[in-house]
Amino acid sequence: MYDFEYHKPGSLADAVKLLSADPDSKPISGGQTLLPALKHRLNKPTSVIDLSGIAELKGVRREGDKLVIGALAKHVEVATSPEVKAAIPALAQMASTIGDTQVRNRGTIGGSVANNDPAADYPSAVLGLNATIVTDKRRIAADDFFQGMFTTALEPGELLVAIEFPVPEKAGYAKMRNPASRYVMAGAFVAKTGGGVRVAINGAGPGVFRQAEMEKALAANWSPDAVAGVKQSADGLNSDIHGSAEYRAHLVTVMAKRAVAAAG
Amino acid sequence: MNVVTPFEGIGASVRRKEDLRFLSGRGQYTDDINRPGQTYAAILRSPHAHARIVSIDTAAAAAMPGVVAVFTGADMPDLGGIPCGWQIHNKDGTPMAEPMHPVLAVGKARFVGDAIAAVIAETRSQAKDAAEAIEVEYEVLPAVATMEAALAPGASRVHDDVAGNVCYDWHIGDKAVNEAAFAKAPKVVEFELVNNRLVPNAMEPRAAIGDYDPTTEDYTLYTTSQNPHVIRLLMGAFVLHLPEHKLRVVAPDVGGGFGSKIFHYAEEAIVTWAAGRVKRPVKWTAERTESFMTDAHGRDHVTKARLAMDADGKFLALHVQTLANMGAYLSTFATSVPTYLYATLLAGVYTTPTVYAEVKAVFTNTVPVDAYRGAGRPEATFLLERLVDVAAAETGMDRIEIRRRNFIPNDAFPYQTPVALQYDSGDYTATLDQALKTADWAGFEARRAEAKARGRLRGIGISTYIEACGIAPSAVVGSLGARAGLYEVGTIRVHPTGSVTVLTGTHSHGQGHETTLAQLVTDRLGVPLSQVDIVHGDTAKIPFGMGTYGSRSLAVGGSAMVKAMDKIVAKARRIAAHLMEASVEDVEFDRGTFRVAGTDKTKSWGEIALTAYVPHNYPIEELEPGLDETAFYDPKNFTYPGGCHICEVEIEPETGITTVVNFTAVDDVGRVINPMIVEGQVQGGVAQGIGQALLESCVYDSEGQLVSASFMDYQMPRANDLPPVSVATHTTLCTHNPLGVKGCGEVGAIGSPPAVINAVVDALKDYGVRHIEMPATAAKVWGIINASRPAMAAE
Repeated sequence: MYDFEYHKPGSLADAVKLLSADPDSKPISGGQTLLPALKHRLNKPTSVIDLSGIAELKGVRREGDKLVIGALAKHVEVATSPEVKAAIPALAQMASTIGDTQVRNRGTIGGSVANNDPAADYPSAVLGLNATIVTDKRRIAADDFFQGMFTTALEPGELLVAIEFPVPEKAGYAKMRNPASRYVMAGAFVAKTGGGVRVAINGAGPGVFRQAEMEKALAANWSPDAVAGVKQSADGLNSDIHGSAEYRAHLVTVMAKRAVAAAG
Repeated sequence: MNVVTPFEGIGASVRRKEDLRFLSGRGQYTDDINRPGQTYAAILRSPHAHARIVSIDTAAAAAMPGVVAVFTGADMPDLGGIPCGWQIHNKDGTPMAEPMHPVLAVGKARFVGDAIAAVIAETRSQAKDAAEAIEVEYEVLPAVATMEAALAPGASRVHDDVAGNVCYDWHIGDKAVNEAAFAKAPKVVEFELVNNRLVPNAMEPRAAIGDYDPTTEDYTLYTTSQNPHVIRLLMGAFVLHLPEHKLRVVAPDVGGGFGSKIFHYAEEAIVTWAAGRVKRPVKWTAERTESFMTDAHGRDHVTKARLAMDADGKFLALHVQTLANMGAYLSTFATSVPTYLYATLLAGVYTTPTVYAEVKAVFTNTVPVDAYRGAGRPEATFLLERLVDVAAAETGMDRIEIRRRNFIPNDAFPYQTPVALQYDSGDYTATLDQALKTADWAGFEARRAEAKARGRLRGIGISTYIEACGIAPSAVVGSLGARAGLYEVGTIRVHPTGSVTVLTGTHSHGQGHETTLAQLVTDRLGVPLSQVDIVHGDTAKIPFGMGTYGSRSLAVGGSAMVKAMDKIVAKARRIAAHLMEASVEDVEFDRGTFRVAGTDKTKSWGEIALTAYVPHNYPIEELEPGLDETAFYDPKNFTYPGGCHICEVEIEPETGITTVVNFTAVDDVGRVINPMIVEGQVQGGVAQGIGQALLESCVYDSEGQLVSASFMDYQMPRANDLPPVSVATHTTLCTHNPLGVKGCGEVGAIGSPPAVINAVVDALKDYGVRHIEMPATAAKVWGIINASRPAMAAE
């Protein structure tokens, strides 16, 4: 780990000010990605802005037909929150399967979504549920937010404040874990909402993406069988020592089927 | 009364004495030790698998804050190379190629992670900062990352002085007899397989501290080692040219070894030598990435085999050709693993009359490969037990029946194999029958059908194995090329009040020796377990011992203790005879009490011990005071644990995920001292075997970059990957050591991988699968299922 300055602002405004003042600074919430990178000397920020003292970023609450989750909500909070369990049980279930106990006790939803690791869990829920990303400056639709591997619509110095999830009629999530890292090899988040059916695929490709054919099939017939016959193309999917693109493409269909079954 | 209550002797499942220390965080590992004035070393490592070092500029690094010194290979012209401890000879009688292994690279870097320079600084961070500031100009050379690439015509040479990258081309067995047997055999089964490369991944990373006292010129090395005396000899005599009396090596608590901490590593020499140069202690602790890149890896064989059979399934001849990866340099015992620890086991538990094996050892631009739990014997067992299953399938014979027909019968011991070893004892039918019963082999088809109804493919696999351990007879290994003796030493130090300190040349790094070895003392001398301490791991305290590997601590080290206790008892009886005014012949000793036979005259253990040290009434003319004896024990033979492992798996066809649902191990480890510890050792070994079979894979890309260089990509077995393992023992005694013990540290890792793969192949039998290489990952299994689907549909 290289030396860096450490700041712990008490308000969102102070945090934004610190981040804007130093283009080589990094915000840190749970630190589940940044800390290992720092320890491996893969990242050399001049300063680290600890967001954990900012009240505006905290909390999980139901607001009408929306579930609003603050950026600093830890995975364990989402997994065990009565509000989340009641409104979107698939989201609580997803949170309960992220990483391991230690990760769930430290990692946050804001950190995961802002990092947009292709093998992370939450981006598929955000995209699949057509959530809105609330930042200190604006509101961003999920479809516009994720822009490929580790890339989002967030601008330098812009902070993710909360995520607003519309409460769906039904939703379900299934994933196959990478056998070594336990990140997602292929996952599918399916949701049936007033606005239609959405299917978001994570893990398999270089970024989370929607599966249009599956959405169409499910819109016509919401059942596991409806997606079981939809083949995902292997083109552009990830291929590594853990599995070929063909294997991941196959898993996408399997996981979509299981996600629909889980959604009921 | 001679009974120790509660019973703590041989056969008691006593809780481990060392665990309170470990479980409460009070273990003292190398990195826990800090010396006054300590500095820290960081090693700059090659990012290239193969490169000529054009220049190294350390000026900027040397000027960095906190930097005490920067060293490169050029600073060490007088140091020797890291030695190899076992010389193998080629088929033509010439010695193997043994290229120089400099402490810090000279001229070339030969694998990713090769040590290029060492920075000594006030803090770890400063040392790392400065290491990054060293400017190295490399001329990148073509790398040979696989044995196939290394053996290709015109391949780049790892060592300029080793043509063809071949370390040796060795053989064992009678080729002519073997060829004649094949020529007239009615049936020959041919088979090829890979034994996958593994990263050992001990929980505690390697660490070393060099310390130097300029007033006495004494050096001390604290290191994560399984054998501190061997390190002292190798490093002192061959690398640093320090005499033993000026070099102390301490291996304190060590958090797992699995073989990877047997070897002498460059970092040990670097910190010791550097401490002398900077006149301050120097500490180095590996980071996990360094462990992946520099701990000696395991396995990595590619093998072709042919098995000749008669019409009844009797094995007539076996011919094996193996390529064994040595990596970039010869690690300490690398050369012995694919030869005398592998090919000599190719008879297995079978009466195959002729075995001929050819082994070619190959240099590649990868981390050195050496012994890893089982070392050679898992490779032999995997080959044999897969081959036997394939032979059964191709002749339509039952997998159990073909084994029974070829077992070495109980009345054939001692049994001379065609590949040098003579097995002393065993009962392969008994371990097989017990395992079949425990695993309910007979009821398997019903379980398969039940799984099928759930959409799962269920398979069962078996492995009947033998290994040779308790290494070993010095004269034998010496004749085979070992450059060390393999005896063991034990000192029994009885204190004036009767408590006992044992000094053993073996080393415990998780095996529970502090309990098991103490039980030997309790059993023999009647001293309560709480009154016995085992001391190991410090060359300043204990006589020259050979350390722990090859499941040798009890069979060799324990036997040395027995010999030393025999001396103690003999002397104590003479003291007792004097005190009781009896003749020595009439004095009986049984667990703590000396008695004049047939009388009620007795003396307690404590009275005799006190008399030995307070010799007021003592036969001083004929007997020295004191009760402290040392014995060295060199066995006549290896020991031969064996047994039967049965594995049951279920495969989810949709994903290819394989789950081990049942595992049964029935092992013959000789006499069992502590059943609980044996069970733990077998379970741990089975965990590593399941890891190799289903999960673990060390992967290099074609450029020689280590792809699986972290736990993000290298899959260690986790608790939820493992089934409950049913462990039982069936004992036949070792015939040549005084305890009758054989060893249990490696059996789990040796017997289990073929049982797992045989189960996977069985589960996939409807898919026309002949073999699946390890690890049988979900992706691989799904690939097989997916590829054969069209064929299935067409049927």
